[in-house]
Amino acid sequence: MSKTYHLTTPLSDEDVAKLESGDIVYLNGTIYTARDAAHKRLVDLLDEGKELPFDLKGAIIYFVGPTPPKPGDPIGSAGPTTSYRMDSYSPRLIAEGLKGMIGKGKRNQEVKDACVKYKAVYFGATGGAGALLGKQIKSAEVIAYEELGPEAVRKLEVVDFPVTVVNDAYGRDLYQIGREQYEVK
Amino acid sequence: MREIAYEEIVKNVRDIIVYSASHLPEDALDAMKKAYENEKSPVSKEVLKQLLENAQIASSEARPLCQDTGLAVFFVKVGADVRVVGGLLKDAINEGTEKGYREGYLRASTCEPFSRLNLKDTVGYNLPAIIHFDIVEGDKIEIEYAAKGGGSENVSRAKVFPPAAGKEGVIEYVKECISDAGPNPCPPLTVGVGIGGTFEKAAISSKHALFRNIGSVNEDPEMAELEGVILKELNKLGIGTMGMGGTETVLAVHIEANPCHIASLPVSVNVQCHSSRHTHITI
Repeated sequence: MSKTYHLTTPLSDEDVAKLESGDIVYLNGTIYTARDAAHKRLVDLLDEGKELPFDLKGAIIYFVGPTPPKPGDPIGSAGPTTSYRMDSYSPRLIAEGLKGMIGKGKRNQEVKDACVKYKAVYFGATGGAGALLGKQIKSAEVIAYEELGPEAVRKLEVVDFPVTVVNDAYGRDLYQIGREQYEVK
Repeated sequence: MREIAYEEIVKNVRDIIVYSASHLPEDALDAMKKAYENEKSPVSKEVLKQLLENAQIASSEARPLCQDTGLAVFFVKVGADVRVVGGLLKDAINEGTEKGYREGYLRASTCEPFSRLNLKDTVGYNLPAIIHFDIVEGDKIEIEYAAKGGGSENVSRAKVFPPAAGKEGVIEYVKECISDAGPNPCPPLTVGVGIGGTFEKAAISSKHALFRNIGSVNEDPEMAELEGVILKELNKLGIGTMGMGGTETVLAVHIEANPCHIASLPVSVNVQCHSSRHTHITI
């Protein structure tokens, strides 16, 4: 049975341990945005032994490339992008302390294994609900790679940002569980 | 020969782009409401509710439905008795696209294929638009427009089958495509299937099939029947809204068929996410 939680970042091992695939979570606090190009740069920095633009310990990364804000708004529409494109980078970031990722769509086995090994979770946000999700973001500040435009790294402050646990720290996958239940063979 | 001013095309294109980004068309909205009523999975039903709420917020506050405001795709039918004065029709469509995306605070999503550099400051803001022209009778210009997102485009595919593959081969191919895609293209989907023609004709037909109103019936009874068969098969997959598991994975299957070479059976599958932002105008 799916449970509902309200969690504040940074996430602890205890926060992650209680989450199961299918649980609904309302996130509060700081989360960071990064897409394809920013992920490549973050991993390059780690390879070079350099400091990242934000602390990965307990952090959550949101895979999003928002629309530009209208005057007076902190951000435009901001729903998740498809996550598999970040699969080759995520395990490295998880090993360095990343506790949560928000996106949409399937992850590969390496990401799921890293979630189990280092206690992390992959959250799904509703793809295509950019207007609704953008309203839960109260402030946004570009902290790195401004030249990447929509792909820049942004620091977001979110209030009751709604997500669902897709991959938990126990190797479960909501996409598999959900589909098996309704598939007609 | 009727004359239409270049600036009139620019303005019309700009306006439909800005409006479409935040207003889901009636056919898509009706199909989503129907899916919400029919969905058996409580989780998928909840997500559908969120999507309907999103559509409501987007239209009332003029916010983009989705942050992926797409590449601008046009099918343009130009009457043989009309001419654009003051510039080229193609340039007018591109200029209207740039204005619409910029002034509507939409995302610039075009980039170079390998360097991945965004083209907004070089080629233009979300340029170039993807434009397919056709020449028809009359003195009007008909513009069909859709904002095509990347997530659903990424799972699309095309293949040329031997003729013996027949309808069964087509059905299996579409099923495999949607099954492999799973949650990634943002279901519930519209599935465009281009059949026949040549390799590229099938692909363009599968794209154009997505511009048809969801819920409309194919004029060709044989294809209408095949659409029904494929739709039923796809909804057995159990993928559900955003892949959460459920009974309503596909809202509609649209087929566009063409005559083809005696040696081949080209098939293309182009996928549209639930945010089916399409419209058309006649000038």
